Amino acid sequence: MSKPEKLIENGIRLDGRKPDEIRPIKIKVGVLNRADGSCYFEFGGNKVIAAVYGPREVHPRHQQKSTSAVVRYRYNMASFSVEERKRPGPDRRSIEVSKVSREALEPVIFEEYFPRSAIDIFVEVLQADAGTRTAGINAASIALADAGIPMKSLVSACAVGKVDDTLVLDLNKDEDNYGQADMPIAMTPDGKITLLQMDGHLTRDEFKEGLEMAKSGCMAISEMQKAALLEKYSGQIGGDAVE
Amino acid sequence: MDKKLVIPGEFLSDDVNLADEGTYVEEGKVFSSVFGIASLKNHIRVVPLSGKYIPRPGDMIIGIITEVSFSNWIVDIRSPYEGLLHISEFPRRIENTEMSKYLNVGDAIITLVTDVDPSMKVELTLNDQRLRQIKEGRIIDVTPSKVPRLIGRSGSMIAMLKNETNCNIFIGQNGRVWITGKDKDLELAVKAVLKIEKESHVSGLTDRLTRFLKEEKGKKEKEPEKEREDKEGTTAEEQKEENIEPAEEEKQPEQKAEEEKSGGILDELLGDEK
Repeated sequence: MSKPEKLIENGIRLDGRKPDEIRPIKIKVGVLNRADGSCYFEFGGNKVIAAVYGPREVHPRHQQKSTSAVVRYRYNMASFSVEERKRPGPDRRSIEVSKVSREALEPVIFEEYFPRSAIDIFVEVLQADAGTRTAGINAASIALADAGIPMKSLVSACAVGKVDDTLVLDLNKDEDNYGQADMPIAMTPDGKITLLQMDGHLTRDEFKEGLEMAKSGCMAISEMQKAALLEKYSGQIGGDAVE
Repeated sequence: MDKKLVIPGEFLSDDVNLADEGTYVEEGKVFSSVFGIASLKNHIRVVPLSGKYIPRPGDMIIGIITEVSFSNWIVDIRSPYEGLLHISEFPRRIENTEMSKYLNVGDAIITLVTDVDPSMKVELTLNDQRLRQIKEGRIIDVTPSKVPRLIGRSGSMIAMLKNETNCNIFIGQNGRVWITGKDKDLELAVKAVLKIEKESHVSGLTDRLTRFLKEEKGKKEKEPEKEREDKEGTTAEEQKEENIEPAEEEKQPEQKAEEEKSGGILDELLGDEK
């Protein structure tokens, strides 16, 4: 697709959103039976699935840490996830995304509860439409909770960017490709930032404003994550439950 | 209501002294650390809805031998960590070379966690009256955090289940459940246990289960029920731990007689040899 003339017209973006609006989100918890925890996450055109295994034995053995668990995160794009077939297997980009996503989640996981074990997180991108790493982190954080892994809180992620000299929340494919800046951010519900990357240029003021926008985006996502988790066990609780 | 579903990071209380399992304290406040059911009376604790079994000393669990090494049996205990059963923890003195004659790969045992060190080396024993090899019946897996629910308040659930299904049930703390009984009864008991696991977070479970068992039984009313010894009303903990003994009583008479002659766990473990 060639560059559209204008990415924003009369304050409305190409896909009809306002600048500070996130794309529609759909979440399903516990979609995989073999995994200890799993989540299917749709973020606009992004479709990702996250699976969590563990804590479990570490293989290969030399990776294990004697005082805490190792967290391993694998971000992978399916070959059919983008228009032009992606060559399967890890490449430079997906190795980077795996690393930063792991580091976005590690601060909230109580790793020290499980010495000499591994927590494996797998994120498969089925369909990509800009912002797959944020979608992956959102999905992985739900899958971790679903696996019963102790965490300080969930992590929510969302991108801000600049297109046509306007700050926009949660870029889509065209805005990502032809925009001036893209800044994915992950944070906990109390505002602690665990991931911040930037591609492109922003002024100091734009950065500050963008951060606030991302924050409100993450809060909105956080609410949806919570609702999705609670929905899995929406039956009435209490009564004769035992300690 | 004193119970609610919480997600990690949910604020629970200002009173740090009440914090218990499944919570963490930050800046003088108590938060949930897992996705599970929080109970707020007396102590604040959150029971996770899923998760792996983490061994603790004193736990009675069901393990499966995965490897026989020089002087240890390596036991799968459904946990990130493997269990070690040393040759000296076997109830009888045996030679290194003969280990696999007594317990071989794939054998299931009821075992006790004696020690867990900080690096998560898990030591097991068979040196106790209640511990032995499992040779019959079925073992099914449930989520370890749902074990208390399966046992019920002071053993009510499990006692009811045993009575209604005429099966003997032993629940390992690691979420492995051993059930013995006649084929038909066993099937029902397995169904019931899986139902408890699936619906453990919904209130009124005991009532629903009683109804479920009645319905299931109604279906096969015509089958003649043989007389059985009534279960004695032992208390929960006792029953949980002692149900190995009743299991014996329900075996075929000739087998029972044989056991009486030879007597004890030891002979049973050695039974293959004779």
